[in-house]
Amino acid sequence: MADMKLLTRRAAIAAGFGGAGFLLAGADRLTLSPGFAHVFLAVEDWTMATQRGLLYPDKLAKEYSPSDISPVFRANGTLDPDTLEYAAHIRQGFANWRLRIDGLVNQPLALSVRELKMLPSRTQITRHDCVEGWSAIGMWAGVPLGLLLKAAGLKPGARYAVFHCADNLDGEPSKGGMQSPGQYYESIDLRDAFHPQTLMAYALNGKKLDVAHGAPLRLRVERQLGYKQAKYVDRIEITDRLSHIAGGRGGYWEDRGYEWYAGI
Amino acid sequence: MMSKTRRRRIKAWLATKHREAFAPHVPGESFYRHRAPVRWTHWINALCIIFLVGSGLNIFNAHPHLYWGKYGAETEPTFFSLTDIETSKGTRGDTQIGPWHFDTTNVLGWSKVDGQYQERGWPDWITIPSFQDLSAARHWHFLFAWILVINGAVYLTYSLCSRHLARDIWPGWRDVKAIPRSILDHLRLKHPTGEAARRYNVLQKLAYLSVIILVFLMVLTGLTMSPGIDAAFPWLTGIFGGRQSARSIHFISAALIVLFVIIHVTEVVLAGPINEIRSMLSGFYRIPKGHK
Repeated sequence: MADMKLLTRRAAIAAGFGGAGFLLAGADRLTLSPGFAHVFLAVEDWTMATQRGLLYPDKLAKEYSPSDISPVFRANGTLDPDTLEYAAHIRQGFANWRLRIDGLVNQPLALSVRELKMLPSRTQITRHDCVEGWSAIGMWAGVPLGLLLKAAGLKPGARYAVFHCADNLDGEPSKGGMQSPGQYYESIDLRDAFHPQTLMAYALNGKKLDVAHGAPLRLRVERQLGYKQAKYVDRIEITDRLSHIAGGRGGYWEDRGYEWYAGI
Repeated sequence: MMSKTRRRRIKAWLATKHREAFAPHVPGESFYRHRAPVRWTHWINALCIIFLVGSGLNIFNAHPHLYWGKYGAETEPTFFSLTDIETSKGTRGDTQIGPWHFDTTNVLGWSKVDGQYQERGWPDWITIPSFQDLSAARHWHFLFAWILVINGAVYLTYSLCSRHLARDIWPGWRDVKAIPRSILDHLRLKHPTGEAARRYNVLQKLAYLSVIILVFLMVLTGLTMSPGIDAAFPWLTGIFGGRQSARSIHFISAALIVLFVIIHVTEVVLAGPINEIRSMLSGFYRIPKGHK
């Protein structure tokens, strides 16, 4: 009787340790299972709904003072699109770069960087948080996106602004192995597009945007993570849905598993 | 070097402890120690901690450096780093803590994944998922963060309303006076018997209270890392001295929780794992008789 009990006790302890190992192996399997992806997507929706509720109507991201600016603003992702066309733009000082705004708009636009700089601008010192965990603080200047969208005039049914970029990204080992290459793109909905801090930025820390940081134009959508801040933007497409573009999830990293609403 | 007699003595002591821990129970007096809400929230919390720590370490691997202050992006000084470095002996794993560096090849900074050496902060056997995948680790982390928050809210509400917190965990004046005595008891691995076994001892109370505070701190520092939450509550970064400080406090608190879990599980094993685990499953705890 006593021996029996001893055995069951040992078995219980062994089961405890075995169970933990089983749990971890099971987690790997669940990570890759398409069915469980729905659970993660549901959590993502719930997280977004919560954040949107807390940010209602359109709270501003914290703005810092000049003394808080990072001495070096780290550049990540593509550091140079490295195509023949882009190299030509660098030589021409981006004089022939055009930002096209099309899709569900009444008046498609094609604006040069010079034209954009003549429009009313906004300057803000904000913190850039990379999904990997690091942060840098910088001073951005640019045209509020809402202004451009009002100028183009949105058609009924418009829901998203999709940012097409000039860089083709191969992915980074740090974000979970080499990713499949793809043209970089991003998207936000109109609530973020019309947020006063959402800019098409052309300057960082008082200087013209350099190549590593997305010259000549990049998106600043404060309150979201770094991968949403699309660089080398040459086209903004206004759409009613995201499913017809690339992987259909609304962005290069989104197509590779990352959250579309990158508020955390 | 350990002397032979010393080793023999330690072995004998371990054997006694083992016997005590696994000895068949003499049916004795038992009492209802843990009520259902405490039991349920305990096990859900345990599951959350396993998944949050595992996925957290995988997320950490995406940028295995810690900083103090508002910003930090590798160009700033780190106080903790897990990296790989080139040496005359080839690539080695390097763990940096403040001014000190340790060679941690095979475990931290540089370890094997599927037989191949890789630049990797924490090794594959401790992360969730085991392979390096930031997006998947984030999914696990946020799923269990929500469960932790809901479970924690249920636990706190119950514990405040039922006075579990005030009655069983909050240390009173008598407990505070008993601290030196309790430290001695713990060092001798003496576990309370008889009437004293009906209550938590003071170190136990302090440990449980600290872990509640630590989980609360984890949630707050976790939220502070969110650019969205920071816009909604701008004072959050202020209380932790910046987002990178909050990230570091998040990591240190997690380490303290892991330390708690190690001590907690060790104590359960030493105090009699069957009685202890059963009491957290069924609620009933047998009062150990004093060993003479």
